[in-house]
Amino acid sequence: MIEVKNVTKRYGRVTAVQDISFKVKRGEILGFLGPNGAGKTTTMRILTGYMPATKGRAMVAGFDVFEQPIEAKRRTGYLPETPPLYPEMTVREYLQFVARIKGIPRSERTGRISGAMEQVSLNEMADRHCGKLSKGYRQRVGLAQTLLHDPEVLILDEPTAGLDPNQIMQTRELITNLAGDHTIILSTHILPEVSQTCQRVVIINNGRLVAEDTPENLTHRLRGAEIIYLQIATHDDPVPALSRVPGVQRASVSKRNEGIIECEVESMTGEDIRRNLAQAVIAAGWGLLELRQLRMSLEEVFLHLTTNESNAETPDIPEDEEQEIPASNTKKSLDEVVHE
Amino acid sequence: MSNIFAIAGKELRSYFSSPTAYVIIGLFAALFGFFYTAILDFFVKQSMQLQQFQMGPSSVNINLQLIRPVLSNASVVALFVLPMITMRTYAEEKRSGTIELLLTSPITNLEIILGKFFGALGLYSLMLLVTTPYIIILFIYGEPEFSPILVGYLGLLLMGGSFISIGLLISSFTKNQIVAGMITFATLLLLWVLNWLSSLGGPTTQAVVSYLSITQHFDDFAIGVLDTKHVIYYLSFITFGLFLTAKSVDSERWRG
Repeated sequence: MIEVKNVTKRYGRVTAVQDISFKVKRGEILGFLGPNGAGKTTTMRILTGYMPATKGRAMVAGFDVFEQPIEAKRRTGYLPETPPLYPEMTVREYLQFVARIKGIPRSERTGRISGAMEQVSLNEMADRHCGKLSKGYRQRVGLAQTLLHDPEVLILDEPTAGLDPNQIMQTRELITNLAGDHTIILSTHILPEVSQTCQRVVIINNGRLVAEDTPENLTHRLRGAEIIYLQIATHDDPVPALSRVPGVQRASVSKRNEGIIECEVESMTGEDIRRNLAQAVIAAGWGLLELRQLRMSLEEVFLHLTTNESNAETPDIPEDEEQEIPASNTKKSLDEVVHE
Repeated sequence: MSNIFAIAGKELRSYFSSPTAYVIIGLFAALFGFFYTAILDFFVKQSMQLQQFQMGPSSVNINLQLIRPVLSNASVVALFVLPMITMRTYAEEKRSGTIELLLTSPITNLEIILGKFFGALGLYSLMLLVTTPYIIILFIYGEPEFSPILVGYLGLLLMGGSFISIGLLISSFTKNQIVAGMITFATLLLLWVLNWLSSLGGPTTQAVVSYLSITQHFDDFAIGVLDTKHVIYYLSFITFGLFLTAKSVDSERWRG
């Protein structure tokens, strides 16, 4: 349904997006994850035909957004980061204008407009001026605008930004309901949103695609680089001893409490260091009170992928213990990313 | 076509939903009225003098001596007012992000530009329409010729169209309305006084400069002469201005 193929976008000398490729199947919700300035908005703007790519091509519903922009745009609903509203128009006037430029036939306009307002529960605001609406309602008007012409593809740039928790819930529900009939790409930097609404996640950082997988697999796969929680009964500083244990990347004390020390130890990717740690603690003559793995949340995966690039250079790391997960063949799998 | 109307309608509505349109139309009518009254007063005194001393024709030509200077003055007022109409066209859409809506909708760049052009031209036409009562009064108390007046108004409309096309172009350069307005104003002023330079150069420079001067071409319209040369000048000026606007919007998309 959506295909992005080796897309690169340069602004002068700055490369905003570097050689990104991915596909979205019909009816799927794809989460677009990345820190601010990673190139999410740029990629979305290329997909919606707002700006052409420097290199590569983007297809929406079978139409090249550059070669056949009108056809592609007819099938796309786009919600930019700030909803594109005209403050002097009422909600209804605004939707009427959008309906006209989206090419909805006159006879269908009224029905579509009330339908879209119904979908985002905007009815009571129909005759308010857009400029006087609260942030949440503006966002809804923006969303109604994208749904108006019943597009096959929805591209939503941070649809829940600036909403209160209640509205976030409603918006997510709405998006989940829209999937199936619609193919959706949504960008966000709120991670729970991705695990709750998206079937697949693309993480980009510094304009490059660093990972593409389901949210479950992403968290699962990164278990290689796991964190182990230790509770030790001692008065010494355990950090030097723990750091010497083979396979340990980083050890730190998280809490000190009259002879009971809580530490977090980060292992190198793919190594199970629990046994070694236990031995080290015993050998030092401390009491081992607790030892358990902390699962990496998507949040940590994200941080890991988008910040720890220096670590990614570590060569020569043994195979991941989780061999049962087949490495994705087309895209760079997460393991590779971490090993790199 | 319907897309052009949609955009033009949206533009007109946004002029009228803020005080902009009312202030601009009101001030234009007031200034037009001022020039009209002042020139009418002068005209009446002059024709009375002529009658007293029995020199020249017994009646003076209303078209040449009243309507022509009034329309010339109106063209200068238009030069001041039109930058205020066009300054927001692109600048405001870019600032508020609504340009993203327009550029991602299934309409062409050209339709957006033409829509904005006709929206601004529509408001300008309303400005001119408001001045018609002054002309009607002339018909009640005097005997002006009708067709030269029509030509004069056509000239005002064409010249205004050229101003608007420059205004659109300059508005597409920036996100800041005030900057767009000021640069447009300065540019129009420069085009107006360009023929002052013609005395500096030789005959070729003179011809070129006075051909380029946008108000120079209005003189014939003001006296009621419809010359295709000037019509073509204005139409090509408008086309060129809109073409450059299209290129400017496009290049902005490439640059990001």
